[in-house]
Amino acid sequence: MTIVTMINILFLFVSILFYLLFAGADFGAGILEAFIGKHPKRKEQMELMGHAIAPVWEANHVWLILAVVISFVGFPPVYEFISIYLHVPIILALMGIVARGTAFTFRHYDPYEPKTHKLYSYIFRFGSFITPFFLGTVVGAITMGTIDPDANRFTDLYLKHWLHPFSISLGIFTCALCAFLAAIYLTGETRGARELIPVFRKKSIYALIFMVISGAVCLLSGFIGEEDFSGRFTNNPLSIFSVLIATILLIPLYLTLKDNPRSLLVRGLGVVIVTLILSGWSAAQWPYFIRTVEGGILVQEAASPEATQEGLLLALVVGSLLIFPALGYLFKIFKWEFLKNGD
Amino acid sequence: MNELIAARSQMAFSLGFHIIFAAIGMAMPFLMSAAYYFHIKTKDKDYQILTKAWSKGVAIFFAVGAVSGTALSFELGLLWPGFMKHAGAIIGMPFSWEGTAFFLEAIFLGIFLYGWDKVHTKIHWLSSLFVGICGVTSAYFVIAANGWMNSPTGFDWNNGNPINIDPYAAMFNDAFFMQATHMTVAAFAAVGFAVGGVHALLYYKTRFPLHLKALKIALVFAAVSSLIQPIIGDLSAKAVAERQPIKLAAMEGLFETQKGAPLLIGGIPDEERRATEYAIHIPKALSFLAFNDFDAEVKGLNEWDPEFWPPVLITHLAFQVMIGIGTLLALVSVLFLFALKWRKGWFENKKVLLFIFALTPLGFIAIEAGWIVTEVGRQPWIIYGIMKTADALTPRPGIWFTFALYALIYSMLSVVVTYLLVRQIRLLHSTLKR
Repeated sequence: MTIVTMINILFLFVSILFYLLFAGADFGAGILEAFIGKHPKRKEQMELMGHAIAPVWEANHVWLILAVVISFVGFPPVYEFISIYLHVPIILALMGIVARGTAFTFRHYDPYEPKTHKLYSYIFRFGSFITPFFLGTVVGAITMGTIDPDANRFTDLYLKHWLHPFSISLGIFTCALCAFLAAIYLTGETRGARELIPVFRKKSIYALIFMVISGAVCLLSGFIGEEDFSGRFTNNPLSIFSVLIATILLIPLYLTLKDNPRSLLVRGLGVVIVTLILSGWSAAQWPYFIRTVEGGILVQEAASPEATQEGLLLALVVGSLLIFPALGYLFKIFKWEFLKNGD
Repeated sequence: MNELIAARSQMAFSLGFHIIFAAIGMAMPFLMSAAYYFHIKTKDKDYQILTKAWSKGVAIFFAVGAVSGTALSFELGLLWPGFMKHAGAIIGMPFSWEGTAFFLEAIFLGIFLYGWDKVHTKIHWLSSLFVGICGVTSAYFVIAANGWMNSPTGFDWNNGNPINIDPYAAMFNDAFFMQATHMTVAAFAAVGFAVGGVHALLYYKTRFPLHLKALKIALVFAAVSSLIQPIIGDLSAKAVAERQPIKLAAMEGLFETQKGAPLLIGGIPDEERRATEYAIHIPKALSFLAFNDFDAEVKGLNEWDPEFWPPVLITHLAFQVMIGIGTLLALVSVLFLFALKWRKGWFENKKVLLFIFALTPLGFIAIEAGWIVTEVGRQPWIIYGIMKTADALTPRPGIWFTFALYALIYSMLSVVVTYLLVRQIRLLHSTLKR
């Protein structure tokens, strides 16, 4: 494999990671909103979440498009394979993307009217949940290695792998990661609304507990069947190392969350933990993009010819030089005030 | 076969839906930017209200365009994995540039929509302009890929596999520049007439001066682009005549190869009988339009095996619709430009306002018709002369089901967006009354 291909894979990894860290938190806010209940500060909470998402969600969403583009330009067999054998969860995730984005925008711009706003809210929350869930099941299916392209029955070809207990629990775990990120980011963004700090701290702690439990369930369900994802995972030193570190970091995260919930340390640790989890998964998946019953699609086999790889890399490098300053400016305008350390 | 028709219908429906939002995303920011410019220059409060009202429309359309575009980026694979397997490596690269343009568009839109009180007016105005520039850039990159499907270059086809791939040659294919420019100008014409039409009706009903100001901005964009379009359209047709003669024959409903071929206006092509009936013939005009020579030979469909014919009736009729609307809009544009300069009073006239309102959907109908010509006219090929659409189809069954799902969701979205716009207008009027 050439160095150019390696860098393109790194870009793919970064796109997926940023999609999870940024857009994931936008979905997470929708998930948190679903559990808002009849809290006395309900309206203020909704406002805080709305303000946090509105200016950035569309830019955050583009990381997914970038990941898709890198996969079909740089690694076409991967895109082709996923499109065929995982079309059901992908269509469901797309429904979620369409529903979430449109409902959020409509709710934001439509003059207030209780009935329609309630409907927009339901669709927004529902979309925020199903998108990470089904994308999580897609990752589960390509990880577990239960896809059998030579099968004959519809269920075996198109359903079984992403309905595997591991894929389902990975879907739930993805939702938990999103909710966790949203909760800790939002806690940090409660400027000028001190009474919301305990509310969002509580959400953060619940999301943290949910993340730990669903993560554990996910690892356990990875032992189900002959494919043994978890065996592979626990035998890979890099994977087990990164998850161990992530678990240990939960302790300082929890303690800081109790003492100083708006501290940058909380958000920083959260980002590191999620990055470590994704890295651990990537290490266990290597050298495959997709694992199937016959082995799978190897990274070096999937790469497109050298000329295309170079063209892709040039576009990504020039793109980054343009995107990162602009993105930095966007976040500076709308998020700078929240990047102060604690109180 | 049925699955193929389902897949093509789903693709057509998704593209047909998305192109409306894409066109608005390209042109509308420029209108908005112009209104904002007038506000900064004249301090006229109306222009500020107008900028804010239009920006809400842009936000709504952009969101729907972004999510339906995301759905499309997956649909290419969900429906045509056989195409993407090969095309990804050859023509995928423009999409990675498009990704950058789209990313910047989303960033500038965020700055513009939510930065009213947070950034300097100049930067704020520039961000509105950049939304449009990025939108147009992103359209050019996407259409590069479509141009390549019409004019595949940058590889050698070896036993069903591409070799010697040159992604730059593929991106800068012969069809790219003309097709992308044709679409961009069409977007400005369609959006200009649609926005002008709506504001003409609103001015007719309410007589708020804001609507007249909006109407004038929109009409300038509409008229200028509608007058450029026939030139670009003619160049595009000449390019098609050279590269895809069979598509040209289907567009024109021409069955017999002829020297000094006539231009057929209207008419119903009959594939069985190999003749186009009820058409108006303009002698030698087609030869001239296609090759700049009244006696040039134009190839008719009979030159090829019917197996390689596109659906002639659909291609011909769609082409007639596009040309008809284009001609009409170019003619009225002359009148409007004249009136904007020398007969401002015309825009107070009720009949004129209603006439402008009647033009509202025409540009978009022409865009849809144009894409039907391009896409249906390329059939049975997905990559012209290289790969048939049927060979690119996904093996998964049940495409009718996903088509129904897409149709349902997009139809609902269309209803909601329309409803939202009506409510936005009501909101605007209550602001204006105060």
